[in-house]
Amino acid sequence: MLIPCPWCGDREEVEFRYGGPVPMGYPPDPQTVDDAAWARYLYYRPNPKGALEERWVHTAGCRRWFTVTRDTVTNEITPATDGSG
Amino acid sequence: MAEPHPHPQQLWRNPEPKHSYDVVIVGAGGHGLATAYYLAKNHGIRNVAVLERGWLAGGNMARNTTVIRSNYLWDESAAIYEFSLKLWEGLSVELDYDLLFSQRGVLGLTHSEHQVREGKRRVSANQLDGIDAEWLTPEEVKAFCPIVNISPEVRYPVLGGTLQRRGGIAKHDYVAWAFARKADELGIDLIQNCEVTGFDLDGDRVIGVHTNRGLIAAGKVALCAAGHSSALAAMVGLDLPIQTYPLQALVSELLEPVLNCVVLSNDIHVYVSQAHKGELVMGAGMDAYNSYAQRGSPHVIEYQVAAALELFPIFSRVHVVRTWAGIVDVTPDASPIVGLTRIENLFINCGWGTGGFKATPAAGWTYAHTIAQGQPHPLTAPFALERFTTGALVDEHGAAAVAH
Repeated sequence: MLIPCPWCGDREEVEFRYGGPVPMGYPPDPQTVDDAAWARYLYYRPNPKGALEERWVHTAGCRRWFTVTRDTVTNEITPATDGSG
Repeated sequence: MAEPHPHPQQLWRNPEPKHSYDVVIVGAGGHGLATAYYLAKNHGIRNVAVLERGWLAGGNMARNTTVIRSNYLWDESAAIYEFSLKLWEGLSVELDYDLLFSQRGVLGLTHSEHQVREGKRRVSANQLDGIDAEWLTPEEVKAFCPIVNISPEVRYPVLGGTLQRRGGIAKHDYVAWAFARKADELGIDLIQNCEVTGFDLDGDRVIGVHTNRGLIAAGKVALCAAGHSSALAAMVGLDLPIQTYPLQALVSELLEPVLNCVVLSNDIHVYVSQAHKGELVMGAGMDAYNSYAQRGSPHVIEYQVAAALELFPIFSRVHVVRTWAGIVDVTPDASPIVGLTRIENLFINCGWGTGGFKATPAAGWTYAHTIAQGQPHPLTAPFALERFTTGALVDEHGAAAVAH
């Protein structure tokens, strides 16, 4: 699988580490969060059959993180549009 | 090696779906078929359909590496997997079908001080749980499995290993077919090419499933779809703490008997056994990324073969015949999710991840109980979905993450 690093271009998957689906943000006010909301923050991630927004890091290249959208059935990747992440 | 006894001429009917069933099971893999069988056998519930999107037992049941063991770390896991192993020990007779269940021993090699400590701890935990477990020195490993390379000169020398002598393998297809045949004999409809496309709800209660072959009413609906559980549950707005990954495996050409046991190595990521027909069956860690594609990346295969060759130099000229992938449903604590859901009469059995095959009979037994009684079986009560809210996780990554 070729992964489009926004800075280095298309590179082999072995150069990257997977960061998983884009996580939900840290709860803004942790003191007010109940157990169910904590559970969602800690353990629940998107797992769609289809388009998934996910993080990769180019460990064997520029070592920078970025976000792409990949189809989990076809592995077709839509590169990050803003070149960051 | 002896030929198994001849196959039965008839395994199951291919009935048209009826309009209504007491229980509809979604997914005719090993767990779904076993659940159907035990619903009829243990609970007398026979008005049951098992719906299968593709062909019977064509998903992970056809793709796994058939390792059976019960040497898990925590009491909760040890209890259900040991119950399963005891069911395996009588299953060929129970189902009147030679499942080629072979208790040839499962050897878990260690290559680091950390894994040595983890292995010894797990052996002790197993013994306290009444499960057979032994710690072997490298020399004892060599005596038990003579083709393992225990040289201290390699990159990751063998420092010892755990052994469960009652562990082993079985013929996965026969297991599925045996459960299917018996379920069919007991009057259960196994319906292939029938994809669930939605659920029929009455308020917070499920009353049927929509399929590509029409609406089927159901008193109870039991999900049993492994890697596709998230997608199914999403149809009723139910989120699951599951990630779906490819898990690859491979087989070699047929060889004379050369490997007498199952060998697992978590540290260097490979597990291997020799099937009855003669091929080496190998597996390794999951691919890194979420996927429903039933294929993985070649470098994962390359690494596992490299690991196998360091352990078994004798395999250096063996040819790989075929590689493939299943898609596995992995939870945050590497333990399954079994039980009720917030939707009345909708039950769930998933999250067995990379190790569901060994649990097939116990999963079926306990899930059938849960469905019939409407409450968790004592053995699976610790594995309810609520544990992710209460925090009472059953963290089996140490015993399970790779060689599950």
